This record gives sequence, C-alpha cells and structure tokens, in this order.
Amino acid sequence: MNTFSDSAVTAFSLITSLDPLLASIVLRSLAVSAVACAIACSAGLLLGAWLGVARFKGRGVVLALLNTALALPSVVVGLVVYLLLSRSGPLGFLSWLFSFKAMVLAQSVLVLPVVMALVRQTIEDADRSHGEQFESLGARRFMRSLILLWDERYALLTVLIAAFGRAISEVGAVMVVGGNIEGFTRVMTTAIALETSKGDLPLALALGILLLGVVLLLNLLIALVRRWREQLDDPLQQADSALQPGRAAPGGVS
Amino acid sequence: MTPIFKLQSVTVQFGRLQALSACTFQVGAGERLALVGANGSGKSTLLRTLQGFVQPVAGHIQRDASARTAMLFQRPYLLRASVQNNVALGLWLNGTPWQPAKAQALQALERVGLADLAGRNARALSGGQQQRVALARAWALKPQVLLLDEPTSSLDPTAKREVERLMAEFSEAGMTLIFSSHNLGQVKRLASRVMYLEHGHLLADLPTDAFFNGPLPLAAETFLKGELA
Repeated sequence: MNTFSDSAVTAFSLITSLDPLLASIVLRSLAVSAVACAIACSAGLLLGAWLGVARFKGRGVVLALLNTALALPSVVVGLVVYLLLSRSGPLGFLSWLFSFKAMVLAQSVLVLPVVMALVRQTIEDADRSHGEQFESLGARRFMRSLILLWDERYALLTVLIAAFGRAISEVGAVMVVGGNIEGFTRVMTTAIALETSKGDLPLALALGILLLGVVLLLNLLIALVRRWREQLDDPLQQADSALQPGRAAPGGVS
Repeated sequence: MTPIFKLQSVTVQFGRLQALSACTFQVGAGERLALVGANGSGKSTLLRTLQGFVQPVAGHIQRDASARTAMLFQRPYLLRASVQNNVALGLWLNGTPWQPAKAQALQALERVGLADLAGRNARALSGGQQQRVALARAWALKPQVLLLDEPTSSLDPTAKREVERLMAEFSEAGMTLIFSSHNLGQVKRLASRVMYLEHGHLLADLPTDAFFNGPLPLAAETFLKGELA
C-alpha cells in the first residue's frame, strides 16, 4: 500500500460513512454555488438576452469587456469583492466579509459574465436566424429576446449547468472573501487546499472525489438535456414513437 | 383608390452591394403580384423592404397605413411549443389576451386544415405542415397584405399544392398577395401580375398573360427560356 491507495481507501470510507464534517462541507458548497448561480442566472439571462438583440453605440466595447470578463481569475474577483466588502469599502456597512453571503456574492460576480456571454451569443444567433419572423408578428426588440430566451430554454439549461460547474469548482474567490473558516465558510475547494497543505490527504481526496462526482453529474445532466431536446425536436423520432402500438397518432408526419 | 404600396425610385444598399436599384411601382388592393428572377436578383430584399425590415438609402415608399401586412418565410420558424400556442403567439403580440388568442388560433388552424394537430409539438410537424401553421399564424392576424418569400420552395409537391390552394383562397377573400417564386408554373397559376428582377433592377412589370406570351426585355426572355427549358 502506498500513500495514494491508503488515502483513497480512507477517503471512500469517509464518503460511505457519511462523515458529518465531510457532509457539512459538501452541503455548504452546494448551497453557496446554487444560490450564487440562481442570482447570477436571474440577472445574466435577462441582461444576456437584451444584449443579444440590442444595438447601441459602444456595443462592441461592451462585448469585448464581457468576453474579457470570461477569463477573470477567480482570485481577482475575490480581491475586488474583498475590497468592496472590507470595513473601509463601499459595501463595508453590510458586514458580509468572511460570511456565506460574501462567498455567494463573489461566486455570483464570477459566474455572471459566463451566463451573460453565453446567453448573449445564443440569443444573438437565434435572432439573426429568426428575429424577422417574430418582428413580422409584431414582437418588438426586447419581447423578441424574451421569446427567444424561452424558445432556447434547453440550450440555456446547458449554460446554467455549466455556470454551476464553474461556481462550485472555483477556489480563489471563496478563499479570499470567505476565509475558509471551519463550520462557517469552509467549502469543498478551500477545504481541499487546506487539508492538502496540512497533510490530511484522505479528507482532501474524499472531497476531491465528491467534487469530481458533482461535475460528472452535471455533465450527465447536460447530456441528458441535450438528448431530451433532440428527441423533442426530431420529427422522425416523434413519428416512430407515434407509430408504436397502443399510442394514438393524432396526425401524420408526411 | 389608394395603392397599398407606392415605391418611387427605391434603392437599397448593403455595404457596397446595391440590392435594389431605383425601383418604381405601385401595388393595388387585391393584386396577386409575383416576383421572379435568379438568386440574388433582389426578390427577398424587395419583400423585406415592403415589410419594413430594410430601409432604402434613396427613394420613397408610401404605405397605406390602414393596410396590415404579414410575412411568410421560406422556412418558417416555429417555437418549441404546441401548434396552437405558436399561432396564438402572433395574436397575443398584437394585443389579444391569451385565452381568446388561443380560441382564435384554433379557428385559424381549422382554416388551414390543421385543427387536429393543435396540441402537437410544432417542431415535430413536416415542412408542409409547418408552412401551413405559419400561414395560419399570418392569417389569424387578418392582414390585408400577405408577403411570401418563396413559400413553397422547400416543400414536396403535395404540400406545395396545399399551400398554393390556401394562397388562392386567401386571395379570393380579398387579401393582396405579393410572393417571390422560382416556380413559373406556380406564378402562372397564382399571379395576376409578374415582376422580373435582375441584379436589383426591375426589368419587367407585366400582367401574367403578357409576361408569359408577350415580348419581354432580352434578360427576362433569356431567364424565362432557361426556366421553362
């Protein structure tokens, strides 16, 4: 047995025994990222959709800045949010630093450009292809973006899942603004960094396995959504399923 | 009688490309006007200009403000929603509350013979059925003018006949039709007047009989021979 295999065995036993410390860290991670994604997606879907159809002076600059924000290092986001929330910062009166809320805010800021940029591209492409059809029906620019947002919901579900993946796997921002306080702001990624530096490899490895598991689950969800969407939109598959014995086909697919 | 459209030297430009060059004509109520010409001749641009999607860089368009227009595209885009909701959307966008819009949508679907598919996913329909849903969606808005951009070019002969039949019925009900087509048989069957365009220039504007039987400018004659060969 070597260090890796010993650690792996202990890590699996921690997971299978539902170790309370491990469970609390995992649940906190999921909660922070879920709330952050909900906030970022609420704003990002609308802003991205609007940006997809809006035409204004300086739009190119806004898009360049948005695309640059995609590559924002999470530690830089952490630093900016830290400065905003620090006692002398403009949001210092909130007293959010080193709290759950600070981590949510940091992850929201980190994920917002991802959601906005991907939604913007999706809606802009859809509008270029079909926008005139909705315009001919009387849909004005913003209404068009909302209709396309709804119509592209399956593609956008993939964006939301990808955003959650980005949030839950980042370490820099939550480390800086959360402080990695045990029982309060310690999440999977910060705990992995800490436990590795302390030499507690089994716990770090167990968290790593669970983090990978979450990401794997997200990928499976993306694949399932894509497959479901293809089945919904594919007329031949619809026809096949309609022709199955015992199922009534209300109309033929010619 | 006030024409529905009156174009005076209308020129449309996309960058350096002149898509329409000084087009002058007018369209009266109840006309069935066919636009013919090779790909890139300006047919779609002309339809999009009439619908208001494209603004001319020169010239003037006078529209009858009381005449509502609707446009049908070569490949209609239907939402990932039921057939009925797709038709109801157009009505809702024009101010009809959702429940009455759904009831009117059903009537429109009956008009095009698709009421039994009202609850189906619109994306799962065949191309011909989708085009008929788009016709119902346009018809439900009660337009006086229907602009159709190659409405049957991607359809099989049966679906093509069905769409043509609906176009003829709409015309008989008093709707003005302006459509582009590569199918000269269809133009003969449906149009009362034909315009020939080439590289954005309107080279012929004649009643259908005169277009197919009378003398034409050389370019139009060559096009006609090529298409009928």
